[in-house]
Amino acid sequence: MNKPIRVVAVFCLLLFVALLLNSSYLMYFRAGDLGEDPRNRRIINNAFSRERGAILVGKDAVARSVPSDDKYEFQRTYPQPLKYAPVTGHFSFFTQTGVERSQNDVLSGEDSRLFVTRLVDLLKNAEPKGGNVQLTLDPAAQDAAWAGLEALPGDAKGAVVALEPSTGRVLAMASTPTYDPNGMASHDFGSVAELTERLQADPDDPLINRAIGTTLPPGSTFKLVTATAAIESGDYDADSMVPGGFAFQLPQSETKIKNHDGGDCGGKRISLTRALEVSCNVSFLSLADELGNDAMADQAEKFGFNSTSLQDLPGQAKSLYPRDMDEPQTAMSGIGQSSVTATPLQMAMVAAAIANGGDVMRPYVVNEVRAPDLSVLGQTDPERISEAMSSSTASELTRMLVSTVAQGTATPAAIPGIDVAGKTGTAQSTPDRPPYAWFVSFAPADDPQIAVAVMVESSDTSRDEIAGGRLGGPIAKAVMEAVIAP
Amino acid sequence: MNQSGASLMDFVHRRRRGAELLLLILALVVGIGAYAAVGLGVEGHVPADLVGYGGWLTALIVVAHVAIRVVAPYADPVLLPLVAALNGLGLAVIHRLDLDPTSFCSDNGTFARQQLTWMTLGVVLFVATLFLLRDHRLLQRFTYTSGLVAIALLLLPMMPLIGNTINGAKIWINVGPFSFQPGEVAKVLLVITFAGYLVLHRDALALAGRRVLFIDLPRGRDLGPLLVMFAVSMFILVFQRDLGSSLLFFGIFLVMLYVATERPGWLVVGGALFAVGAALGWQAFGHVQNRVNIWLDPMAYYDETPGSGQLVEGLFGMGWGGLIGRGFGEGDPCRIPYAESDFIVAAIGEELGLTAVMAVVVCYGLIVERALRIALISRDGFGKLLATGLGAIFALQVFVVIGGVTGLIPLTGLTTPFLSYGGSSLVANWVVIALLLRISDQARRPVPRLDPDGPSWSDSETTQVVKLK
Repeated sequence: MNKPIRVVAVFCLLLFVALLLNSSYLMYFRAGDLGEDPRNRRIINNAFSRERGAILVGKDAVARSVPSDDKYEFQRTYPQPLKYAPVTGHFSFFTQTGVERSQNDVLSGEDSRLFVTRLVDLLKNAEPKGGNVQLTLDPAAQDAAWAGLEALPGDAKGAVVALEPSTGRVLAMASTPTYDPNGMASHDFGSVAELTERLQADPDDPLINRAIGTTLPPGSTFKLVTATAAIESGDYDADSMVPGGFAFQLPQSETKIKNHDGGDCGGKRISLTRALEVSCNVSFLSLADELGNDAMADQAEKFGFNSTSLQDLPGQAKSLYPRDMDEPQTAMSGIGQSSVTATPLQMAMVAAAIANGGDVMRPYVVNEVRAPDLSVLGQTDPERISEAMSSSTASELTRMLVSTVAQGTATPAAIPGIDVAGKTGTAQSTPDRPPYAWFVSFAPADDPQIAVAVMVESSDTSRDEIAGGRLGGPIAKAVMEAVIAP
Repeated sequence: MNQSGASLMDFVHRRRRGAELLLLILALVVGIGAYAAVGLGVEGHVPADLVGYGGWLTALIVVAHVAIRVVAPYADPVLLPLVAALNGLGLAVIHRLDLDPTSFCSDNGTFARQQLTWMTLGVVLFVATLFLLRDHRLLQRFTYTSGLVAIALLLLPMMPLIGNTINGAKIWINVGPFSFQPGEVAKVLLVITFAGYLVLHRDALALAGRRVLFIDLPRGRDLGPLLVMFAVSMFILVFQRDLGSSLLFFGIFLVMLYVATERPGWLVVGGALFAVGAALGWQAFGHVQNRVNIWLDPMAYYDETPGSGQLVEGLFGMGWGGLIGRGFGEGDPCRIPYAESDFIVAAIGEELGLTAVMAVVVCYGLIVERALRIALISRDGFGKLLATGLGAIFALQVFVVIGGVTGLIPLTGLTTPFLSYGGSSLVANWVVIALLLRISDQARRPVPRLDPDGPSWSDSETTQVVKLK
């Protein structure tokens, strides 16, 4: 009977080898996948209890973990909650959003760049600590943006995005209405669930970061894209004469589109500069009609439409310029209507590209990643994602925009002693909703340090007032001053 | 027996009791050290009753060791230390689960204490078995008796009043305040029955038959016992809804049948029957289909009931444990329902890591290896079959339960020998070890010299020598 016993022994050996191999596969090779499963509460519980790294703006932490004496060792707090909530997001027991989510690996200490730190913690038997994330935000610009939005009348909703044109660094990003992430980080999970439910049910969507998460018709600010396409076509420059007059007859249609003030923009033929200064609808409708859908779409995509570019924050909505618009729609797109939609970030990118000699830089909010001992683990390098126009087109547009601020519709953004380039916008999505006020600008025009886009939606303001850039202009001005002022 | 066989017979096994003692000390270090580590990890200090607990554990092991020295001096020296280490580790892990603040783990936090009581009973029965059963061949007399008792035990849970259904499986009986799994005892009795039956009928089962495609298939009329065993297994599956035990019983019988007859043909027939049974079971029972579906894609059934929550929590836990584990008290094994019984390997994986899981698997591998080694050197057919069967219990049970918990095969409920919380299993397994040690003592003991001067005896059929003392 010994031979079969030996066979049985070999068979048993195979069984045990299979167990050993499978447990190695499970506990070593598959462990990473299992750890990333969103249902894996162990990872979440553990991360929730751990000392998470701080999110820094300048020298101040806008999110940090402080010791807590309940069943979790640390409590996440947000010292300036409302102002920074759209960027930091929140770290709750159930989810993370914003930078808390995109930089979760670093903040929780799981990032591979923190391996040595983890090892040292393990050997010292110390609790593992997360790394810190330094944002690109400029505290002064963020303060100005937040103060401007807060000062808006009534239940205004709005967003501000400021970029450094040469790099794409996001200098300010604010959105109202917003929410208090401290409530979401609470260890009282019942109240967190209640708060989440309430915020989600709120018709004003306070959880959405409007600066990147909502797309709206960009209105007259889109005339910058139309003007760029016109000049890039080679047929136009700042002084070229374009159609003016009281109204534009839409192709294949009975409809006539008038200028926003009902005027004639100063004549039947006006210069392109003049058209931009007075934000002449007739000129840009006819330009878009003449350039056609393909040329307009190509130009819009060079600015970043139809794609997303911000990698540091979840929830970026895609700004759209459809490629299948018919002639009347294409003409309407020239003034930022019909199916064209954009996020405030996208319009800031348009302004920044003009300021940066035509180069579109990838926007980013995470400047540096640091170990708990503050040594730098990684830094974001600026990246050019496309060339929207030639540098000569850019300087031509800059000149036109400077005169729009100096003597056109965008005067509320003028800063004494500094050349500011800017453009207002008013857009209407549906007749029953109030229009959106837009304002894009950059300064100083000769050496741009900041490009801003402001979007305000308010039911308290009449349509005419909005068109004047009176809502967005002062906010943009304050944000620019915060960065330019010595 | 040829020349080399004769020289083999002259080989005298050493007793190796000193080696056993040394290994036992290591095993106690594992058990008591783990208990201290649990206190440090969960409560932050060495448990106050460490001395009392350690003393009790040591006393149990010493008693077992002394019993072996007295009545089985030639017994295998590795088995007891392996069992002591596993049992000690199991106690520590159950104790750790008891201490967990979330009450999900154990109702009253006294599982470890109960398990220690059961271990004490197990060691008492271990010693009693060694003392009372001086020759394992005595068991051969009870071939049919033990078979009947086994079947009676398997039927007990079906009885009204004492039968107790837990989680859909009718495998428990209530005896006073205790729940008892008669199947754990039945499996030992069945192995005795198989060994006794097969050693008598092996020739008939082995020789007759016809050859089909290089494989000797048995005669139809010899299929009787196999079909009976198949029927019993299916009965357990159908009426007690216990997939694990059903698989285990049939598997053990098949292994023993193959060893007794030396004919792979039986494996073919048995394997075919198993396939048929598995297919039928899959067809007929939602819970079997469910198990298979969960095995194929555990993550898809996480939130369902009945779903894969337990299995996936176990996988999450083991994945989180990684190579060296979180450490006692740092994991969250109480997220796994039944972490102290069926899923104790997952709890070990989470807090002690892959290293400990591998150590545990290797310990079981060594137990099986020692059992089969005992079968190899045993001098009588009954002993060989008994040792093989008892070894196969461990091999199959460990493979089914650890394979199930780690997602290698569909999950079937079985206890992890010596580790899992559960009195019937622990006690039965201690008796199994006693039986193995008894057989090994017989096998390793020097052959009594009938006629020390006579040259002729070494040619005789030494496996038939009966001890005269």
